[in-house]
Amino acid sequence: MRLGRKGARRGRATGTGWPSRALFLGPGLLAWTLLFAAPVGLILVSSFLSRGTFGGIEYRFTLDNFARALDPLYVRVLWSSIRIAALTTGVALLVGYPAAYFIATRPARWRLPLLVLVVLPFWTNLLIRTYAWIVLLNREGLVNRALVGLGLTERPIALLGTRVAIVLGLLYAYLPLMILPLFSAIERLGVAPRQAAADLGASPAGAFLRVTLPLTLPGVMAGCVFVFVPTLGNFIVPDLLGGGKAIMVGNLIQSQFFQARDWPFGAALSISVLAVTVVLLVVQARVLTRERRLAARAA
Amino acid sequence: MRREPGRRRDLLLGAELALVYAFLYAPILVLVALSFNDSGLPTSWGGFSTRWYGELARSEDLLAALRTSVSIALVVTAVSTAIGTLLALGLERTVRSTVLDTVLFLPAVVPDIVLAIGLLSFFSIARITLGTHTVILAHVVFDMVFVAAIVRARLGYFDRSIEEAAQDLGAGRVATFFRVTVPVLLPGILAGALIAFTLSFDEFIIAFFTAGPTVITFPIRIYSMIRFGVTPVVNAVATLILGLSIALVLLALRLARREARRAVEG
Repeated sequence: MRLGRKGARRGRATGTGWPSRALFLGPGLLAWTLLFAAPVGLILVSSFLSRGTFGGIEYRFTLDNFARALDPLYVRVLWSSIRIAALTTGVALLVGYPAAYFIATRPARWRLPLLVLVVLPFWTNLLIRTYAWIVLLNREGLVNRALVGLGLTERPIALLGTRVAIVLGLLYAYLPLMILPLFSAIERLGVAPRQAAADLGASPAGAFLRVTLPLTLPGVMAGCVFVFVPTLGNFIVPDLLGGGKAIMVGNLIQSQFFQARDWPFGAALSISVLAVTVVLLVVQARVLTRERRLAARAA
Repeated sequence: MRREPGRRRDLLLGAELALVYAFLYAPILVLVALSFNDSGLPTSWGGFSTRWYGELARSEDLLAALRTSVSIALVVTAVSTAIGTLLALGLERTVRSTVLDTVLFLPAVVPDIVLAIGLLSFFSIARITLGTHTVILAHVVFDMVFVAAIVRARLGYFDRSIEEAAQDLGAGRVATFFRVTVPVLLPGILAGALIAFTLSFDEFIIAFFTAGPTVITFPIRIYSMIRFGVTPVVNAVATLILGLSIALVLLALRLARREARRAVEG
């Protein structure tokens, strides 16, 4: 960090002025503007426009799309997506925290390999990872056979097409994104605060609840955002494990573009997803700056 | 060191991590095992066989989709690696702004489906016919962000005095860039390129929206196969794809780490 800043100051002396700034940042900014800002801005604009007679968009201002999104039918889908995403995030936190804690408290040379094992599946194809759960949760699948074998049910039960299947699939897909930031927060904390709490007479549980957990809160926040955001707008997992019903808003958006051909309404729906995402990111940024300010003051 | 209670806690936590690993890897291993199952059924083991791999090798449409995805991913990797590397250098050395950082990295954070429909609307309003090129453009915008993040992490170790040494010895700025800066950053750039390739090759939703009706990428083909039902060929495809991704990511990690170590030691 210190090295970098010194480098930047020296860079000006060696002439890293605006021509090279344009050269370095120009292509990226151009691609970002044309292929990210413009399309996302377009969603915002088209959510206020009317649907064309043959699909597509007609340039007539309307608030109908948002009014329609407030129809109880659609509010229910949005609400159920938020609930599924929140449940997935909560379970991921409960499962992920102990795992991250264990990895972060191993000797240094063990940490990276253990962490790589957690992250590796995340970098593989999401379709295929979801497909694996179709195979497992099938009526004749291994999970059902295990349930029958253990005598928990008499006959195979329908697992696919349920919310449980969706939450399981989403948890499987995004658990690594919870463990990663938790790990770095716990590792950065080190043993000193825990040790100090113990020396001052705190019980292990007390030390965890009153020292470790509050101090790793930024990691908890980051993990929750990383899991919640891709889960909320997910299309693949509810589509493949949800049995074709529009349970989550991602399916609803997709169907507006491919089946119903009502693009402006699809845009309005995705604005709702985007709005929730932005709110979460802002809250997370707030928490991070506050933590940083507190840390700076303490130092 | 009070070891006794700590050891019991470690045991519990370790067991929990073992369960997490089992959760993460069991489904993958089941697929791999089934891909070698002669009966092709998930319910009964019919003996070891590679016949589904043979069938895969003879499946013309799967191979065509594979070719489409590989060529898209190669172009995307080349373009996004170049743009992403420049972006990393620009953000680290010319403009230091947290706001710019955050805003530029948004394409990696926004839900896929939002980016997908935005791009579809954009291409349709700009009257750009959908095809391979639109998938490439769509993939570049999030891939370049990942490359930039990876290269940037490595730039932290970069000792700029060697660039100054090159210039003191009479190298021009362009020569310094291509003969000093790029070679030193190369492992990080390669790591970024490998991740970019994997991300583009595996990407489904954005391609699904921006490919149009005629272009069928590998994930789009797999999606329609999966929707059709569980077929043994999909297990073979899945095994190959998982193996390929894992190999690429491990290679990327290795490259990134070696560079970090070299920078620290030397």
